[in-house]
Amino acid sequence: MQWNSVSEFFAMGGYALYVWGSFGATALVMLVESLVIRSQRKHILRNLRSEFES
Amino acid sequence: MKTNSIHWFKYAAPQNFYFLAGKLWPWFAALATVLMAVGLWIGFFVAPIDAQQGQGYRIIFVHVPASQISMFIYLVMAAWAGFGLAFNTRLSGMMAAALAPTGALFAFLSLWTGALWGKPMWGTWWVWDARLTSTLILLFLYLGFLALQSSIDDPRRADKACAVLALVGVVNVPIIYFSVSWWNTLHQGASVSMTKAPSMAAPMLWGMLIMVVAFWMYAIAAALARVRNIILERERHTEWVKNAVE
Repeated sequence: MQWNSVSEFFAMGGYALYVWGSFGATALVMLVESLVIRSQRKHILRNLRSEFES
Repeated sequence: MKTNSIHWFKYAAPQNFYFLAGKLWPWFAALATVLMAVGLWIGFFVAPIDAQQGQGYRIIFVHVPASQISMFIYLVMAAWAGFGLAFNTRLSGMMAAALAPTGALFAFLSLWTGALWGKPMWGTWWVWDARLTSTLILLFLYLGFLALQSSIDDPRRADKACAVLALVGVVNVPIIYFSVSWWNTLHQGASVSMTKAPSMAAPMLWGMLIMVVAFWMYAIAAALARVRNIILERERHTEWVKNAVE
């Protein structure tokens, strides 16, 4: 184990902004991309269903 | 003689690929999740502190995977695009279009995490260095592809135009890859190469390699899920789509 405490982990030896800024942005991009693909699918399916019913 | 080989060409039809992609993408997404959990664990809790860069070096566990996948997605996208030009298959253009947004996002993340790494280590967010500049060009190539795709209404014509753009831009990928050895750059050389033993501690290397594979799995899952949307939109006038959504 590399850390003595939780706060030491979050401090990242003084590089907190840079390390968490990198990992946070990556996690955010992956999460948002997944949600966008899902909402596009729902949107397309809704449109197609209403088109086929009419 | 009876053969039991898989009929690969069957999946060149968008209709069949739609269902195949639907079965496959959740597995790739699950693999990506598990591998990322393992990779992050190794990256943060097993890999030791770096002698020169302290804890700041841990950015490597997202920077390297994001950078390499942004280049690799471009090659795969260009290969699909070229295949579509040569053989006029409909699925090829759809796959290229499905890969472009994910590639653009990773090119952006490569620059973003690189800037956050450059600031504490080099004292600057950005320099007009060969590696950084060629990666910025990669991002612009993706954005150009996406802009061109959305500016042409006929998807088949859009695919052809985008394929030409994608193929011309391929020349940039080896420039990015070899930039650190061709020019004197601020960016450090390759940490891992085919010809030399890796210059980093084993847990660092393993954490990085697992994250690389995890990003691959993520990119495949995202592209397969997105191509399903593209197939539905482009094939919406067909009978099979009508049956599939009801």
